[in-house]
Amino acid sequence: MPRFAAWSAERARAIIDDYRDTSGALLPALHALLVEFGHIAPEAIPLLAEALTLSRADVQGVITFYHDFRTTPPGRHLVKLCRAEACQSMGSASLEDHARHHLAIGWGETTEDGEFTLEPVFCLGNCALSPAVMVDGELYGRVSPERFDAILASAGQSTAAPEQTP
Amino acid sequence: MLHDKDRVFTNLYGLHDWRLAGARARGDWDGTKEILAKGRDWIIDEMKTSGLRGRGGAGFPTGLKWSFMPKEVGARPHYLVVNADEGEPGTCKDRDIIRQDPHKLVEGCLIASFAMAAHTCYIYIRGEFIREAEHLQAAVDEAYAAGLIGKNACGSGWDFDLYVYRGAGAYVCGEETALIQSLEGKKGQPRLKPPFPAGVGLYGCPTTVNNVESIAVAPTILRRGAAWFAGLGRPKNSGTKVFCISGHVERPCNVEEEMGIPLRELIEKHAGGVRGGWDNLLGIIPGGSSVPVLTKSICDTVLMDFDSLRDVRSGLGTAAVIVMDKSTDIVRAITRLSKFYKHESCGQCTPCREGTGWMWRVMERMSVGRATVEEIDMLDDVTRQVEGHTICALGDAAAWPIQGLIRSFRPELERRIAEARANAVAA
Repeated sequence: MPRFAAWSAERARAIIDDYRDTSGALLPALHALLVEFGHIAPEAIPLLAEALTLSRADVQGVITFYHDFRTTPPGRHLVKLCRAEACQSMGSASLEDHARHHLAIGWGETTEDGEFTLEPVFCLGNCALSPAVMVDGELYGRVSPERFDAILASAGQSTAAPEQTP
Repeated sequence: MLHDKDRVFTNLYGLHDWRLAGARARGDWDGTKEILAKGRDWIIDEMKTSGLRGRGGAGFPTGLKWSFMPKEVGARPHYLVVNADEGEPGTCKDRDIIRQDPHKLVEGCLIASFAMAAHTCYIYIRGEFIREAEHLQAAVDEAYAAGLIGKNACGSGWDFDLYVYRGAGAYVCGEETALIQSLEGKKGQPRLKPPFPAGVGLYGCPTTVNNVESIAVAPTILRRGAAWFAGLGRPKNSGTKVFCISGHVERPCNVEEEMGIPLRELIEKHAGGVRGGWDNLLGIIPGGSSVPVLTKSICDTVLMDFDSLRDVRSGLGTAAVIVMDKSTDIVRAITRLSKFYKHESCGQCTPCREGTGWMWRVMERMSVGRATVEEIDMLDDVTRQVEGHTICALGDAAAWPIQGLIRSFRPELERRIAEARANAVAA
């Protein structure tokens, strides 16, 4: 059960239309597209440019400037691992190795079954509970390799469960 | 040590209700109308007298900043923008304020906006802060529903609108002009100053950008009086401050303390001390990743406030205390910091765009000793070519940790180079 809708120009147009008359609308509109589709499809660029009277280059520039606006669909679960100082001092480097090994993917990649995407993030603002990991927008502190596996297992179950029951 | 009665953030740990009812029970939104009735000049004067210095890192006096806004509203409306783009590694204070005490911020927004004749305020919250944005929006909605903000806010006759705006993962957007650019829906690339935002800011209108903590303490200062706040801490470094203690301590935590508390006392009293005892300490980054690291001998005695830390050539920054014990590979840690700044440079100014990459690459070699001793001076020289030659402070922030490393841990860099050379000869 994918969390995100498949790309639909019609749906995208409807979302973008809501922001036509707001000032500074590009970021909120991109956020809305992200919530719906999980990524910003290249096809959305001309739609945004037209609706907000911007050039396509402007839109492209903004999308590539911000880390959150990914342009390819993520896996069903987005795993963000904090790599900032406080987490480093509490052993995030070994957690990173564990995560990449456990999932058998590198940074920014998605597992073959389309389940998990692994992304680095610089500081989740959870420094007092380092090392920190965010899975599908949920924040976890003091994550050991064992805890990491458990978190991913329970996230994996939430998508796998409905498919198992007929 | 700070007494409980002098605490501003009484729900920092989320032990009580963060919603409006709980916030009111803790004294928020009490007499807000009366505060507004005392007028704009009184509020700004009180803020000046309180000695509050901006909590975002630079430590500029908040009252003074507010007084820079035009006295009368001209053809262009005034705006208040609250910087909740807390991304400085090590810093986690605004996050807890927004999660546990959002009404302090919302009330502060109303009072500060009124003081600067702004009818509209934007809170720019970091993209990664998903739960926090939800709490904040819920608090804003509650305040609207209760008539505390919106038309005729608190019955004061002042119309006030507050919007929560989400960022999208760019560290540089914490810089005030980049934040304004981002609010306008553009790339978050800082603008040249002058003109300063108080003259030409959001959509070309007079704008003040303040940190979350600066705004959130304002209502309490005005309720309890500027003299109370000014009486805490040290002269010119007054009041209380939320410190974020992380890294190699027994109990990492956020804690509100008096400004000017000795660093050692702060760590031993609130964080259970350094892992393995104080003598196991290697160094401390006292104010978030962009300030130079302090060696143990400085940590023994230094006080935690703007001026004391400036005197030891570091800074209070955001008061994010990152403790590193002797197990830390300090060169590696600073190298990773360099990578962070390379990653986050917006690419607008050449010294920063290229310099952060150079510095990172040299640091990568330094961390394994694959360098010459002369290159340490060259690296220091490069940092000085970047520092002060860029539009915003990201270039400085990238340069300072490396300068701090060379100043404080030069023997360690030389040791690595000698060791790598010896190994090469042996092979």
